[in-house]
Amino acid sequence: MNTVLAQNEQVGNTWLNLAIFGAFVAVTMFFVLRASKTNKSAADMYTAGSAFTGRQNGFAISGDYLSAASFLGIAGAIALTGYDGFLYSVGFLVAWVVALLLVAELLRNTGRFTMADVLAFRMRERPVRTAAATSTLVVSFFYLLAQMAGAGGLVALLMNINDRTGQSFVIAGVGALMIVYVLIGGMKGTTYVQIIKAILLIGGALVMTVWVLALFGMNFSSLLGAGAEAGAALEPGVKYGVSNLSKLDFLSLGLALVLGTAGLPHILMRFYTVPTAKEARKSVVWAIWLIGLFYLFTLILGYGAAALVGQDRIANAPGAANSAAPLLAYEIGGTVLLGVIAAIAFATILAVVAGLTITASASFAHDIYSNVIHRGNAPAGSEVRVARIAAVVVGVVAILGGIAANGQNIAFLVALAFAVAASANLPTILFSLFWKRFNTRGSLWSIYGGLILAVGLIAFSPAVSGSPTSMFPDLDWAWFPLANPGLVSIPAAFLLGFLGTITSKEHLEYKAAEMEVRSLTGAGAEGKALDH
Amino acid sequence: MSKAHDHQHEGDELPPPTPFEARYLAVLKSPEFQDLRKRYRRWVIPVTVGALLWYLTYVLLAAYASDFMAQILFGNINLGLVLGLAQFITTFGITSAYVRYADRVLDPRSARIREEMEAKGLL
Repeated sequence: MNTVLAQNEQVGNTWLNLAIFGAFVAVTMFFVLRASKTNKSAADMYTAGSAFTGRQNGFAISGDYLSAASFLGIAGAIALTGYDGFLYSVGFLVAWVVALLLVAELLRNTGRFTMADVLAFRMRERPVRTAAATSTLVVSFFYLLAQMAGAGGLVALLMNINDRTGQSFVIAGVGALMIVYVLIGGMKGTTYVQIIKAILLIGGALVMTVWVLALFGMNFSSLLGAGAEAGAALEPGVKYGVSNLSKLDFLSLGLALVLGTAGLPHILMRFYTVPTAKEARKSVVWAIWLIGLFYLFTLILGYGAAALVGQDRIANAPGAANSAAPLLAYEIGGTVLLGVIAAIAFATILAVVAGLTITASASFAHDIYSNVIHRGNAPAGSEVRVARIAAVVVGVVAILGGIAANGQNIAFLVALAFAVAASANLPTILFSLFWKRFNTRGSLWSIYGGLILAVGLIAFSPAVSGSPTSMFPDLDWAWFPLANPGLVSIPAAFLLGFLGTITSKEHLEYKAAEMEVRSLTGAGAEGKALDH
Repeated sequence: MSKAHDHQHEGDELPPPTPFEARYLAVLKSPEFQDLRKRYRRWVIPVTVGALLWYLTYVLLAAYASDFMAQILFGNINLGLVLGLAQFITTFGITSAYVRYADRVLDPRSARIREEMEAKGLL
C-alpha cells in the first residue's frame, strides 16, 4: 500500500471527508446557538460570564493550546527531522509551569477581561492599555497566520485541491465560518466548541496512537527503530546541530517556547472564564495533564508516520510536514479514519482561530475603544457592537494573511508568535505582579521594545527572506542570522523594563500595594457577570 | 478599580495615602499578609527557576552534546529520549506538588485575609 506518489496525492474520498466534517460543524453550531441565548453583556461576550468550572475550562484551554501546530506541526516535524521535532513538545509543555505558578491565579485575581486590564492596573492607563492592546493584536495576528497556513495545506490534502487559487478560496471559506461562530456565540459558544474539540482531538489521537503501537506489537522501542530506519533520527542534532548558528537557533527557539505561553493573550483570557482563582488553578492543572498526554501521543504518531507513510510522501504532499498526521490516519485506517481525523484537525483550526479572533477583537473594543478613546464611558451596548465589527475586520485580515502564508510550517510560525509574546508581554506581566517599583515607563519600554525587537528581527531573519524555506524565497534582505528572535528579544525586553523603571521618577507604591494584596488574596476580584 | 490616586509623582516624596489606599497598605503590612506572601514566593520562585534551569540544561545538552544524548540505554531508547520524557515527569510532578501546597498552605491563609477584609467592609 506504500505507493510513492510524486506530485498530487489523492487521499481519501473528498465527499466522505466533507460529510464527516459537515456533521461536526452541525453539532457544534447547535451548541453555539444554544449558548448564544444568554449572550448579552460584554462580560458574556468576553469571558462567558465567568461561568465555566475548572475542569471544563481546562479542556477548553487545552483545546485552545493544542492547535494545528501541536497536532499537525509537531507530528510532522518529528516525522521529517526526528528528535529535533520533539523539542517543540517539551518546550510547549514546560512553559505551563511558568503560567501555573506565577501567572494564572494572580492574573485572575487582579484583572477583568483582558491582559491589558492587569498591566494597566497601577500604571497610567491610556498609554499602557494602548501598548498592551497593540501587542495583543500583533501576537494574535502571527498566531492566526499559522493556523490559516495550516488550514490551506490540510484542506488541499482532504479535498484534493492542489492549486493555490483553490486553497485560497477554502481559506476564505474557513474565515467566514469562523466569523459566524464568533458573532453568534461569543466566548461562551466558542468555549463549548473548544471543549468538544479537545475531547475529540485527544480521543482521536489516542485511538491512532494505540493503533500505531499495536502495529509494532505494543513495543515502543521497535516503533522507534522503524522510524529511524525510515530517516527520522533518534538522537538530537540532525536538523539543529549542523552548525554553531543552528545550535543558537535551537536555543533561541527553546527559550521562546518555554516563556511564550504565559504571555499569550488568548490563553491569558481563558483564566477569566472561571469564577475564582482556585478554579483558574484547576483549569491549568487539567490543561497540563491533557496537553502533556497529547504530546506523548504525537511522539508516537511522528515516528509512526515516518515508518508507515515515509518521509518522501510526507514532504511531497500538500502542506508538506503538516500532512504527516492525516496521511498516517489514511495509511492505518483508510478513508474513514482519514475523514474523522481530518475533520477534527479542521475543527481544531476553526476553534483556535475563533478564540484568537475574540481575543483580538475584545482587546480592540475593550482596551482601545472603551477605555482609551471613550475613557471608560462608552455608550451602553456599543462596546459589544464594536467588538463584533472588530471580529469581522480581524477575520478578513486573517484570511488575507493565511492566503499569503499558505504552505509554511505551522509549528514554526507559532513559535514566532511565542517569541513575540515572550518579549512583548511576559516581562511586563511578571514585573507588574512581582516588582513594587515597576512603573509606566518601564511597561512602555518593555512592551514596545520587546514588540519592535521581536517583529523586527523576524522580518530580517531567514524566516522571511533569503532562504528556500522563507516566506519570500526569491527576495533577500535578511541580516539577522537566527530564525527565531527569542534569544535576543526576550532578555532585551526584560532589560528595557528594568531600565525604563529606574530612569523614571514615577512611584506607584500605593497602587502596587493594592495590586499585591488583591493578587494574592482574591479580595475584590471580579467574579460575577457584570453590567457593562 | 480606584482612580482616586494621581499616578504621577516627581521626586521621591509620596503624598499621604487616601483612606482607601491606607486600608490596603495596612493589609499589606499586616503579619498575616506578609506570612502569606513569604510562603507563596519562597515556594513558587525557586521551583520556577529550578524548572527553567533544568529545561535549559536539557536544551543545551540536546544542542551541544548530541553524542552524549545519543547513547543507547536499552533497545532503541537513548538518553536524549529519557531526558525529554523526564521533563514531562518533572512538569507533572511540579503541578501536583503545587496543588497540594496551595490547598494546604496558601488557600486557608488567603481566605482568612479576604474574609477579614470583607467583614471590615474594606471592599
